Amino acid sequence: MSKSERPNQLFRNLNAKVASIPMVLTALVIFVGGSAWTVLYSFTNSKLLPRLNFVGLDQYYRLWSTPRWLVSIENLLVYGVLSLVFSLVIGFILAALLDQKIRFEDTFRTIFLYPFALSFIVTGLVWQWLLNPEFGIQGVVRGLGWESFSFDPLYNSEIVIYGILIAALWQGTGLIMCLMLAGLRGIDEDIWKAARVDGIPTLKTYLFIIIPMMRPVFITALVIIAAGIVKVYDLVVAQTSGGPGIASEVPAKYVYDYMFFAQNLGQGFAASTMMLLSVVVVIVPWAYLEFGGKKHV
Amino acid sequence: MSDLAVSLPAGTDSIGFEASGPRGPKPRHVFSRRNIFLYGTLIVVALYYLLPLYVMVVTSLKGMPEIRLGNIFSPPLEITFEPWVKAWSSACTGLNCDGLSRGFWNSVRITVPSVILSIAIASVNGYALANWRFKGADTFFVILIVGAFIPYQVMIYPIVIILREIGLYGSLSGLVIVHSIFGMPILTLLFRNYFSSMPDELFRAARVDGAGFWGIYFRIMLPMSLPIFVVAIILQVTGIWNDFLFGVVYTRPDTYPMTVQLNNIVNSVQGVKEYNVNMAATILTGLVPLVVYFVSGKLFVRGIAAGAVKG
Repeated sequence: MSKSERPNQLFRNLNAKVASIPMVLTALVIFVGGSAWTVLYSFTNSKLLPRLNFVGLDQYYRLWSTPRWLVSIENLLVYGVLSLVFSLVIGFILAALLDQKIRFEDTFRTIFLYPFALSFIVTGLVWQWLLNPEFGIQGVVRGLGWESFSFDPLYNSEIVIYGILIAALWQGTGLIMCLMLAGLRGIDEDIWKAARVDGIPTLKTYLFIIIPMMRPVFITALVIIAAGIVKVYDLVVAQTSGGPGIASEVPAKYVYDYMFFAQNLGQGFAASTMMLLSVVVVIVPWAYLEFGGKKHV
Repeated sequence: MSDLAVSLPAGTDSIGFEASGPRGPKPRHVFSRRNIFLYGTLIVVALYYLLPLYVMVVTSLKGMPEIRLGNIFSPPLEITFEPWVKAWSSACTGLNCDGLSRGFWNSVRITVPSVILSIAIASVNGYALANWRFKGADTFFVILIVGAFIPYQVMIYPIVIILREIGLYGSLSGLVIVHSIFGMPILTLLFRNYFSSMPDELFRAARVDGAGFWGIYFRIMLPMSLPIFVVAIILQVTGIWNDFLFGVVYTRPDTYPMTVQLNNIVNSVQGVKEYNVNMAATILTGLVPLVVYFVSGKLFVRGIAAGAVKG
């Protein structure tokens, strides 16, 4: 719509523009401006207050030689890969089970999804209690007579990240299941009939026909899980506070602690810029595949 | 994994279909092997999902001596509501000892205005994007959507500075603004897609009758899109209530939302750990989103599906 033809038109568009001011401000000031500001200040030696005193890549050199950051990255990789694989596999299997025209489907779905309504803090605290070595699962099994039974992920720095993974999967697989179920429901009944007529076993039908057809659903699920992985913070804070020692630290917690406790803003900015970079690496190819080919937005 | 085994009987089932003589749909036996595997697996998984909730409730109803002796899965011998009372009104966070009630009311004071403000902004904005497009609008919209993927950690400090400049850092209103900002991408997408799917004739007819931007919004769009508003409310209430990061960054101890206070109570290093009080506090914090979830049912699923799947 051109602005100058009729004054009436201009006035109406003005309303739309006024209504879009919050969006424009958020997009430009917070998302673009805020990110650029953080990236810019990651090249300074800001301590307690942000100062434009450039030191080049010093903060990044320091970051990548800090054991805590390296542990965080390692944890994020282990946690990320495993939660991606397990969420997709468990989510799909649950959805496939629910898709067998079973009774009480709504009840089962409600049960699988309810943890998703809970916050990560609540999730973390419940699993902290369940995995308590003295009173939790380990204690109960030992009480039954198996004295040497050992299951204390939260107190063993070797496996603590798996303890967090259990809680995260409990909380999040319901969502993936719902997405997958919607995807399965979107598949034409005739496909199933055709596969049955051809005598293709159900398992093979799923693996070679249904899953390839559900590619968009898998990609959506992948993006959601990946975006959640980078942001993982509250769960770790609630469940282990990064412990034992620094064994379950994650990048998001590193950023927060350096910005607000260690008063080493430069380190926090550098670490958050690395997080931004990791997201860009995931999102850009995806956005290109999704929106680059066909004109969607 | 036992889950995988389920597909096999189902597979043999369909092979057997060819060989069977009689026509017509195959009669289903309630206790067929397929059904036993299917329901068996589902029930086991369902129990696993319910276990934490059960343990929370059971633990919160026991006294501490019973917790020390017994097993976390056993039902309470003697039911006591004392932990609940203590969690609500006198649990200590290390700073004060007036329980979760303070955090609860803070969370209410944060959630209600945030939900209203974010939905008001996003619905009008989505409406403008769907029906009153202007040059450049889509560009900002794409930035907004892409921005939703930026980790919050990248933006929290610049927002601290902005809030400090306008004097809202540490106040509840500051947090309300933050929630409105970060709720914007998904809500705008939600409303834009919904309004776009409404018949265009409706909009044109209203314009012919002389209705303007706000007239059409309030008299036609708003009354016709109540379901999507309910979805948006569900999405925002659970999301904002469950937030931890923004709460801990942008508020002071006396304005902490419930999640932050809960974490401080449970993970406080001082004093003897009272697991029953901790679990009661945890349930109390999870109660609001759980109630929203169980009451809203399918709308919740729609909400998260809308939140999850791009338009």
